[in-house]
Amino acid sequence: MHIMFFTERAYHAVPEDEVFKRRSFFGVPNKFFDAPTGARLLNEYIDEKIYCDELGFDGLMLNEHHGTPFCMGAVMDVEAAVLARATKRAKIVLLGNPIPTVSNPLRMAEELAMIDMISGGRLVPGWVRGAGSEQLANNANPAYNREYFDEAHDLILAAWTKPGPFRWEGKHFHYRFVNPWVLPLQKPHPPIWIPGLISPETVKWCAQHRYPYVALATLLGPTLEMFNMYAKIAGDLGYQAGPENFGYLQPVFCADTEEKAEEMGKNFLFGGGFAHFARPEWMFPPGYNSKEATRRLAAQAANPNLPGQITGIMDHDPVDDADLQKLKKQLYDTYPQWLKQSQMITGTPKTIVPKLRHVLEVLRPGIFSFWLDGPSPLKDRRRCVELLGKEVVPALRDIGKELGLEDPFTRTPGSVKVSGKAEPVGRPELIGEAMSA
Amino acid sequence: MHIMWFTERAYHYLPEEEVLKRRSFFGVPNTFFDAEKGAKLLNQYLDEKIYSDELGFDGVMLNEHHGTPFCMGAVMDVEAAVLARATKRVKIVLLGNPIPTVANPLRLAEELAMIDMISGGRLVPGWVRGAGSEQLANNANPAYNREYFDEAHDLIMAAWTKPGPFRWEGKHFHYRFVNPWVLPLQKPHPPIWIPGLISPETVKWCAAHKYPYVALATMLKPTLEMWDLYTNEAAAHGYQAGPENFGYLQPIFVHETEEKADELGRNFLFGGGFANFARPEWMFPPGYNSKEATRRLASLYANPNLPGKTLVPRHLHSMNDIAAIKKAVYDNYDTAKESLQIITGTPKSVMPKLRHVLEVLRPGIFSFWLDGPAPRADRMTCLRLLGTEVLPAVREIGKELGLADPFQVAPGSRPLAASGRPERVGSPRALGAN
Amino acid sequence: MAESILKEETFRVGETELRVLKGGQGKPLLVLHGEMGFPGWLQWEEAMAKKRTLWIPLHPGFGKTPMASWIMNVRDLGAFYSRFIREQKLTPVDVIGFSLGGWLAAEMAAANSGQFGKMILVGATGLRPPTGEIMDMFTVTARGYVNANVLDSQHNPEFAKLFGGEQTPEQYEAWEEARAETARIAWAPYMYTQSMSELLANVAGLPTLILWGKQDPVVPLSAGEMYHQKIVGSKLVTFDNCGHMPAVEKPAEFIKAVESFLD
Repeated sequence: MHIMFFTERAYHAVPEDEVFKRRSFFGVPNKFFDAPTGARLLNEYIDEKIYCDELGFDGLMLNEHHGTPFCMGAVMDVEAAVLARATKRAKIVLLGNPIPTVSNPLRMAEELAMIDMISGGRLVPGWVRGAGSEQLANNANPAYNREYFDEAHDLILAAWTKPGPFRWEGKHFHYRFVNPWVLPLQKPHPPIWIPGLISPETVKWCAQHRYPYVALATLLGPTLEMFNMYAKIAGDLGYQAGPENFGYLQPVFCADTEEKAEEMGKNFLFGGGFAHFARPEWMFPPGYNSKEATRRLAAQAANPNLPGQITGIMDHDPVDDADLQKLKKQLYDTYPQWLKQSQMITGTPKTIVPKLRHVLEVLRPGIFSFWLDGPSPLKDRRRCVELLGKEVVPALRDIGKELGLEDPFTRTPGSVKVSGKAEPVGRPELIGEAMSA
Repeated sequence: MHIMWFTERAYHYLPEEEVLKRRSFFGVPNTFFDAEKGAKLLNQYLDEKIYSDELGFDGVMLNEHHGTPFCMGAVMDVEAAVLARATKRVKIVLLGNPIPTVANPLRLAEELAMIDMISGGRLVPGWVRGAGSEQLANNANPAYNREYFDEAHDLIMAAWTKPGPFRWEGKHFHYRFVNPWVLPLQKPHPPIWIPGLISPETVKWCAAHKYPYVALATMLKPTLEMWDLYTNEAAAHGYQAGPENFGYLQPIFVHETEEKADELGRNFLFGGGFANFARPEWMFPPGYNSKEATRRLASLYANPNLPGKTLVPRHLHSMNDIAAIKKAVYDNYDTAKESLQIITGTPKSVMPKLRHVLEVLRPGIFSFWLDGPAPRADRMTCLRLLGTEVLPAVREIGKELGLADPFQVAPGSRPLAASGRPERVGSPRALGAN
Repeated sequence: MAESILKEETFRVGETELRVLKGGQGKPLLVLHGEMGFPGWLQWEEAMAKKRTLWIPLHPGFGKTPMASWIMNVRDLGAFYSRFIREQKLTPVDVIGFSLGGWLAAEMAAANSGQFGKMILVGATGLRPPTGEIMDMFTVTARGYVNANVLDSQHNPEFAKLFGGEQTPEQYEAWEEARAETARIAWAPYMYTQSMSELLANVAGLPTLILWGKQDPVVPLSAGEMYHQKIVGSKLVTFDNCGHMPAVEKPAEFIKAVESFLD
């Protein structure tokens, strides 16, 4: 089992009401950004990652968002570069680079090759289409998003593996002299993992490419449906999907006492949390979603953990301060529901391990990442990371062994051949048990 | 005086013949690239930069080239990010980011803002148009190179200083929601320096923007002419240029003995060195140069240190006689030393030559340049001697000559004499005295 | 062979002073030059000038006609010429386009086939070849590109007349201007419009002749065949042992093909 640590590297000094009044982190004017505070925070987040390496985490997961206090990793490759030298052992897992927005994917291929070289081959690059708001921030046409994604992916892989110089005449990208003189240390190329919010197209695409799929804190039921869709396609392609093909990101808040852990967990909803990542019209700009994906999202409208899908809370922007306070209260009132659905796990090392065991039993992921966020004091964060690293990680490792959760480094994804029908993965029947328990 | 250290981070493990037969580093197929060796070298270059920090250099200078064994800094911001945490004190000087080739300048603004934040405000970003070959490697239309440059520059500066969200409707770049949530720590923005191969357009542009101009190992005389051009343009903009407006990059090879230093110096010409950076048709792709620049380059034809201007007599090419080409390349070594394009020696013997360069150009920014496939131990010795012996001596000369750097005197802050006539910064007299 | 009878005239098109080489007698024939500019007076022009008044505009930015900064792609350039021929009351005019000039003619015809009487495309760029690639002129020297246009650059009198001997400074400058402007309008996608194969449906009904060297090293014959297939009713004539410049490499056959089509 590959165990990682993740945080969004938020700029928490933003006034919370500025987010609530827009029902969105994206779009808050950057006049609220104070560079010294941001610089201190960003370095604290880097310190935290370095500490995780020392604690023995297997991977340090980074992500990228633009133009939002939700995440200061606007160009996460900068942080990945820092970590390439500042850490010794952990994989640097990028979930993922928003390749439709970078405009020059060849430069990205070079950038990542250098990071892999500097880290001594510890890079795990991943790709995303980018949230809708990334398209706006980078002015990348959302209607061509998937075409950009596919073509940029193919180009980067070609740049890494095909001898140069060669010509690339795509629909969206054109190069006549591809011949990079930095190439990844890992051959034929670094392992590639793909994160997502369970869009079926992406899941299918991952199964076809034998890329592990990492679900980002989505509800267990629909997540398992997607894992099984992956497994079915894998079976059609002649391989049995296993834990090595799947990953899961889990918000976990660990402290010495239940009360402290709870306090940290509540902070996860600061500003509305992930649900207020961006307004729906910014999450799903024109042409960004396929029809199928739109339908699927509609069916999951009750999921509080999908950005831009805030239903049953308030259908309008707050009109005045009283309205804003009402929205805020409604949002924080969803907290027990999050816990109930295992969308968030809080507690002491002792109490959270059984809850984590449940998630692992249901989903059987070979890749697992803790997610810590929210404007908690630095010392509480550090203590959380310490407890996770020293107490929870060893316990999870044992559970992983017991459940046979192979990761992509212990078993190559796609390497288990199967003829005919593939076995489903995960244990959907266990989901209900937790709900009642 | 701001004293820096620079190297191209070359990939040296390629057959020299592959470069010589193409008369170009650019374009050598990357099948000759061994990632294991490249990774080791790249980390060694980072070690050197970290060592420079410990030795007390003021700055570490990086540059960027794509698709060439000449320089593994394909995305130098990756190295800058590493150094932002791995060094403590030095300025991280990027000379420069090829902004016409990045295609998404806003992402670059974010990238650099993060590096400035992580480094605690030690970033000095600079911009270049990018060599011609960078346009080919990135498929950036060279005919719009200067337009891209100007617009990307303006956009990055706006992203850093203008409150968001705002809209950018340019000719080449379009954004409707510029609102980055990472911004440079240095306010209003980090200091900007511009390097170049003395193209007059760029020099004038720098003077207009009060950006220090760093000449990259160009011949002293034409460099002085460019200083004058800058100074006159500065006067037209109402200020007196000083040493703080100028920088110079100097290839230098120092060792315990003259012989050993000489050996290092010769390595600088590996593959033809800078002159074989790329073939002329790749250095100057269609529309890349203005007419004026083309004419100026033609007049500088004798300068051995301009890429795309082959050192080798024309008739040798058709003979395809690699040995003869090689000989011609290395025969140029003494000339390069005479003109101080390359300085070699012991810490003691290089000082008069360095003093001469400093007296002629009077730059407030000065960078040592070490390159060539020298053994690692020799490179480290060179760096150590530069840091422990040459650097303190250069600092003394800087004080004696009054060479203020941009951190001591803000470029553009010197008042112009009442007559309106600017004083010359460099010293042609010192040049003649050589 | 006779000296050029072409006279240079200037026409105003919007803000641009367009230089046009004119000569000959009879019905106008619009000649659109290629990516290296107008090369000079050739046998075929001499032959045609006996029956036709040649109008050879020098594209904006290619040296004599100043650059128009609003022209950033071949379609923009096509719009510029549509205005020109409409204002000069030349429409419907017969047109012949070489290489990039052929692409230009095809763009104009696709936008409004009624502005032309008959159209001849010679080794036209503008389509992505179904097989092979359009030779990259921007990674080689101007001289290298010109030489590579023909199968034999050493033993061809027409070619020698135009491009032989040492490169003159004037020629160098003209070529650099041409290359720069071509970069401005055709850099990426390189030398073609992605939608061209669909746009050509609108050319149906316009009498079209497609001329191609069978061994064209610059634009593969597959592109010529695709033009032929997409322009309903068009005629494709190929020349054996011929590269990208049939007018230079196979002048007699070229003149014959053009004359019989235009007559």
